[in-house]
Amino acid sequence: MGVIVELLLQGLQMLAVLALAPLLLGFTRKFKARLLRRRGPPVLQPYRDLLKLIQKEAVVAENASWLFRSGPYLIFAATWAAAALVPTFATGLIFSWVGDLIVIIALIGSARFFLALAGMDIGTSFGGIGSSREMLFASLAEPAMIMIVFTVALVAGSTQLSSVAAYMQDNAALRVSLGLAAVALVIVAVAENARIPVDNPATHLELTMVHEAMVLEYSGRHLAMIELAAAVKLLLYVSLIACIFVPWGLAPAGSGPAAYAIGAASYVGKLLAGGFLLVLFETSIAKMRVFRVPQFLGVALMLGLLGTLLLFVSRSF
Amino acid sequence: MQVGMALWGVAVLICAAVLGALLQKSRAAGRAVYAVCLLACLEIFAVGCWHLLADPGPATGMRLPVGLPWSGAHFRIDALAAFFLVVVNLGSAGASLFAIGYGRHEAAPGRVLPFYPLFLAGMNLVVLADDAFSFLVAWEFMSLSSWALVVAHHRDPDNTSAGYIYILMAGFGTLALLLAFGLLAGSTGAYTFAEMRAGGGSLPAVVLILALLGAGSKAGLVPLHVWLPLAHPAAPSHVSALMSGVMTKVAVYGFIRIVFDLNGPPAWWWSVLVIALAAITCVLGVLSALMQHDLKRLLAYHTVENIGIIFLGLGLALAFSSHGMQAPAALALTAALFHVLNHCLFKSLLFFGSGAVLTATGERDMEHLGGLIHRMPLTAFAFLVGCMAISALPPLNGFVSEWLTFQAILLSPMLPSWGLKLIVPAAGAMLALSAALAAACFVKAFGVTFLGRPRTPAAAEAVETDRASLAAMFAFAALCLLAGVVPGLVIDALAPVVQGLAGARMPQQSTLPWLSIVPVAESRSSYGGLLVFIFIAAATLLTIWAIHRFASHAVRRGPAWDCGFPDASPATQYTADSFAQPIRRVFGTVVFQAREAVDMPPPGDARPARLSVTLRDFLWDGIYAPVAQGVAVAAERLNHLQFLSIRQYLSLVFAALVGLLLVVAIWA
Repeated sequence: MGVIVELLLQGLQMLAVLALAPLLLGFTRKFKARLLRRRGPPVLQPYRDLLKLIQKEAVVAENASWLFRSGPYLIFAATWAAAALVPTFATGLIFSWVGDLIVIIALIGSARFFLALAGMDIGTSFGGIGSSREMLFASLAEPAMIMIVFTVALVAGSTQLSSVAAYMQDNAALRVSLGLAAVALVIVAVAENARIPVDNPATHLELTMVHEAMVLEYSGRHLAMIELAAAVKLLLYVSLIACIFVPWGLAPAGSGPAAYAIGAASYVGKLLAGGFLLVLFETSIAKMRVFRVPQFLGVALMLGLLGTLLLFVSRSF
Repeated sequence: MQVGMALWGVAVLICAAVLGALLQKSRAAGRAVYAVCLLACLEIFAVGCWHLLADPGPATGMRLPVGLPWSGAHFRIDALAAFFLVVVNLGSAGASLFAIGYGRHEAAPGRVLPFYPLFLAGMNLVVLADDAFSFLVAWEFMSLSSWALVVAHHRDPDNTSAGYIYILMAGFGTLALLLAFGLLAGSTGAYTFAEMRAGGGSLPAVVLILALLGAGSKAGLVPLHVWLPLAHPAAPSHVSALMSGVMTKVAVYGFIRIVFDLNGPPAWWWSVLVIALAAITCVLGVLSALMQHDLKRLLAYHTVENIGIIFLGLGLALAFSSHGMQAPAALALTAALFHVLNHCLFKSLLFFGSGAVLTATGERDMEHLGGLIHRMPLTAFAFLVGCMAISALPPLNGFVSEWLTFQAILLSPMLPSWGLKLIVPAAGAMLALSAALAAACFVKAFGVTFLGRPRTPAAAEAVETDRASLAAMFAFAALCLLAGVVPGLVIDALAPVVQGLAGARMPQQSTLPWLSIVPVAESRSSYGGLLVFIFIAAATLLTIWAIHRFASHAVRRGPAWDCGFPDASPATQYTADSFAQPIRRVFGTVVFQAREAVDMPPPGDARPARLSVTLRDFLWDGIYAPVAQGVAVAAERLNHLQFLSIRQYLSLVFAALVGLLLVVAIWA
């Protein structure tokens, strides 16, 4: 019986991640439009977009290979599996030990690997430019992320997100190293999700695109899968930041329905707050030139390394 | 008993070499030689597996009455040797299977067939040897036979110069090992490993440095790696696979045997040297790989990076064990040995793939390839699996060993010494950087070679490779997945090796639910490769089912969109160089002093504009070129000694004699 409940909770989390991801995207677009004093599209517009896309026929370039057509499913599956491992409303779910934070980063890396390959499959210059730049950003964002993991793991004594969240709930304290890691994680999250100032999700000028250039050839249901994967990735990063740095409200393993309800409510609240802060940051900054981005990400890498070094010197930082 | 069976396998290999020398003209004989090699390697592989997995009993030695008359040649299999026998013969068996098909395209089989089995025999003998003399003879045997294979296509001037540099570096490496063994043997001349182990060595730090020079130059540790990207691609592709995937592992074996087994424990600060060199090797290897557009050279540079990862694990193990922390040392050592196996699997697979591309198109230059996924779908699939594995993507095997290395790094704040506290996190950052750059590198390698549109007629008309080659590639791809999905079994198989070297082992993994691995404690970190694989597979199938159930099925094939301006010329695609351009600008300007020069013709001039890029190899310019020049100058000066009169020669002899006597007098 207990196992069934735990499996149900795990399934619920996986479905919740999927269901909430477009909503978060819708909210960020709405917030952004309001900040720019526009009315903006309805909050539910991303769902409508996805529905519209899956009903359309898929136009595939003549020389597309099987990799191009199977790519969206693999990208989505890897991203979804990664998102399912991040605690959202509760910690210690039945499959939470399947992968730690490093596994989550590597799963996102797998999705990016296929996305970059799909961008090169048709053999157009836009796909190539997108893939090339995406891999450049990743080559700095990923080590920065690993350094953040090191910092957090050295503080909490674990790379397991459930353990990290439990530790942070019990031992809440302001630490220099965690502050550095938080700033670095925000930078990485902004870059990984192709937001301003690194990339512009709403751009219509091809030469400034990175993520959008890679998926330029996709249409119909394939594009729907990629858009959904991107939304899930945004949700994943917000959940990750929330889980590590504001873990309050997370229901521990084996708690009652009331705790889960509190967890779910606080999770939605954290998502909204995270989306709002992201948009606030986005609207207050201009997009960077491509070759400025490595410096921006280098800051994250150095902050992460500094946090780790401080902890190697003394565990009390 | 087991040693005897392994030595019989080696004897069969040597017979195969004789067969190859006699019957080099016939095509069927070539296949027969490779088939005999395959069987012999499988036999030794089975012996290694038996020793490693079944209860081995005490390691028994064997003495053959060859070699030095008063000592003979000693051979022995212990857990470490058994593991490396497994790795060496797994890679060799795969290469032999691949060569049954690939060897057909060999232009000069007489230059390959006799040396190939000898090369395999030499690598096996290094691992089996139990005294310094047989070890060094086998080591030289391995070097010389592989040198013969590197210069097999000797009409190409690049290959002869690669062979020249290789043999120089091999000689240097053997010299360093000779001195290391000399120090270990001490003044009593104890040449067997058992005596050395008991003696413990008098100068552990010097032995460590000599082993680092000797084994490191064979493995490709920076700055001794310069021969590797020249020599590995020059050989025929199945030999490239062996040199990159297997011979570098034999070098790692030599390092582990000397440093962890024979040598006494060195002071902790020497592990700082190993860790620092390993971290630099990682980053420099992968950055150099990114700058290449020759597929085989890219793979060879990437071997340098992987050797860095292996040596990082070894250096961490050395650091932990010098502080008496046995459990973390066992974790670091397991990570390194796991990566030894993994790199053998995926690097061999990738070289097989590049060999298949080479026979299908006659091209190694990625800028002349493209679109091969349509013409060679099976090769492309196997190569893709290799690319994913080497880029450390879950659920494949490369990820597991890097994950274990990261876990070992996370244990290192417990180290008491300050030097290690500062160098280990930096090394961790370098490892993370190189892992991310490796993914970029293999997106480039796969994307430019197999995806897009064919850039030359040769690529457009490529045909799928033969069945034997495909069988070898798919077997290795399956092993990459298997080792990634059930890592616990591999870790448990490594336990006796690690127990023997580090004095501790990782906790038993195979009893854990779902075959997941837990290096320290479950609350600390865990990874379930099988479940990650099931998750991804299930999520993919579920999505495909849902899409096909609810979404539109219509597919229309049309011209590429490309923002409305598709250009039919395949020259408009991104090339290998253009893909790497952003990374070259960010990292290469510092590391390689990369400079771009644009030659723009004035208005009215019809000649094309040109962009030229110059890269400098600072290690070559800073170390090797001055040494080579110094040798040349010295040779020029000493040349006069050839033209002296007899009186001058006699006076030289007299002066030397007096000098030596003086030295002896002062020494006493």
